[in-house]
Amino acid sequence: MRKFGIFLLTIVSIGLWVACGGGAESEAPADTAAPAAEAARRVDPATAASLQGKVNYSGQAPQLARLRMGADPTCDKQHSEPVYAQDLLVNDNGTLENAFVWVKSGLEGYAFDAPTGQVTLDQQGCVYLPHVLGLRTGQELRILNSDPTTHNVNPTPANNRDWNESQGPNAPEKIKTFARQEVMIPVKCNVHPWMKAYIGVVDHPFFAVTGKDGAYELKGLPPGTYTVEAWHEKLGPMEQQVTVAASETKTVEFSFGG
Amino acid sequence: MKFNRGLHTFSVLTAAATFFLIVAGGLVTSHDAGLSVPDWPLSFGQVMPEMVGGVFWEHGHRMVATTVGLLTIILCAWLWRSDPRGWMRRLGVAALVVVVLQGVLGGVTVLFQLPVAISVLHACLAQAFFCITVSIAVFTSRSWIQGSGSPSRFQGVRFSFAAAATTTVYLQLILGALLRHSGTVDGSKAVELVLPALAAHLAGALLVTGVLILLAIRLFWSDHRSTQRWGYLVMSLLVIQLMLGVGAYLARIDALGGAGALPRVAVATGHVAAGALLLAATLVLTLQLAGLGSRVARAVPGSRLAEEAS
Repeated sequence: MRKFGIFLLTIVSIGLWVACGGGAESEAPADTAAPAAEAARRVDPATAASLQGKVNYSGQAPQLARLRMGADPTCDKQHSEPVYAQDLLVNDNGTLENAFVWVKSGLEGYAFDAPTGQVTLDQQGCVYLPHVLGLRTGQELRILNSDPTTHNVNPTPANNRDWNESQGPNAPEKIKTFARQEVMIPVKCNVHPWMKAYIGVVDHPFFAVTGKDGAYELKGLPPGTYTVEAWHEKLGPMEQQVTVAASETKTVEFSFGG
Repeated sequence: MKFNRGLHTFSVLTAAATFFLIVAGGLVTSHDAGLSVPDWPLSFGQVMPEMVGGVFWEHGHRMVATTVGLLTIILCAWLWRSDPRGWMRRLGVAALVVVVLQGVLGGVTVLFQLPVAISVLHACLAQAFFCITVSIAVFTSRSWIQGSGSPSRFQGVRFSFAAAATTTVYLQLILGALLRHSGTVDGSKAVELVLPALAAHLAGALLVTGVLILLAIRLFWSDHRSTQRWGYLVMSLLVIQLMLGVGAYLARIDALGGAGALPRVAVATGHVAAGALLLAATLVLTLQLAGLGSRVARAVPGSRLAEEAS
């Protein structure tokens, strides 16, 4: 039996060794926010420019997948009409809803007022409202549960602290913040696996989420050259280099292929 | 020593329950439901939450685990009371320690949002615990205790080769667990491990296939029908496992629907289950060879047993 004992011990030890050594997760990178520079520039409202445009979609609007909520009758009962996935919403004018447009680079060295106000993410009818949202680093995210069922709220960031908390019916709202810029942070509910949302966390105020008209507008931008990105959960990111002069309003269109 | 039918039946029941627990754990991962209940040891602060959505899989897994834990406590106490073999009593205690550790690991992996290392460790320890319960079932069996069966039936199959085959299968299960638990959470968690784990798991599949084919050939060579049946069992499980492996790959690249889609869940969980059965099969064979070797070593020179073995 000693032979068997050694054999069993060896097998378990190998398992422990491989598992402990094999799955080291990479450390979240240190906060990359620039140190408070003595001469941080401020945006001069007199010369502030704007970017505007639409996020277009050139293909045929896809058939949306129906969300089956039968796994939780409480969710199912809340809808008299079928509910569809929001992962690729094409508007009637050929534009995309739920695209996140933001200034990816070009604002280094600028300082901005601290964010005020809260951004709300609601769980209603067992879907997230809104499906895509943006907020500033450090800005408060207010999470509500308007459903008569329990959800778990599980953001899965790569560059911020992850957490997973349950929120029952009539539970108090949750207030959360994200310390680092990250575009995008997926949020999901593992109780109801069809529930997904995306949060863009940006360390400046120049971002927008497209709505039913597929349009965006970034106001109050200082003159300069920027990389502007449009992100879509299915279609990925798309970048453009843009230069805006003082007080200029420039139109920048994004076109995703179908 | 007298064969204890009740103890053996209970050991088999515990091993079967452990296999079911592994399947239940696989279903949790396949449904991406591991974090549907964020707290532990209670679920949403309750003993019995509403079993909806992902909660059904995660809390269901916890309930099966609790049952296996209780079975293990009873098994450990039963062995301690009625088995005269000291090493068997110690094996019962080892089973209890491992199942408690496994439960704690399950809780830790939930509380820390499925860190890859802990999740893989949880998966590997599950298979190790399954090995222990299967071993206890073998050691309490009539054939083990009364030493029935011809010593020549495994002629040509060496203990060391069967043990190597079992070890290879177990290592392959570790690599499989590493692949299954990396790159999850919308592809953002330990994504850098996916390709190395896939390459290692594929290389491991080749190695396991080679080793098990050689083992099966050795088993087929035997004149004993029962030994040949072992060969058929090993080969059948290998073929099923390889096919499920292809299916699991297709599931991983989203070719079988999104998370929770039935084909995806079925093949991915089936791959885990077939892996556990293959491990159990090679382990039982290894133990039978070990038992036979031990009996032959103890046999009086010139006796029928010694002659048959030679």
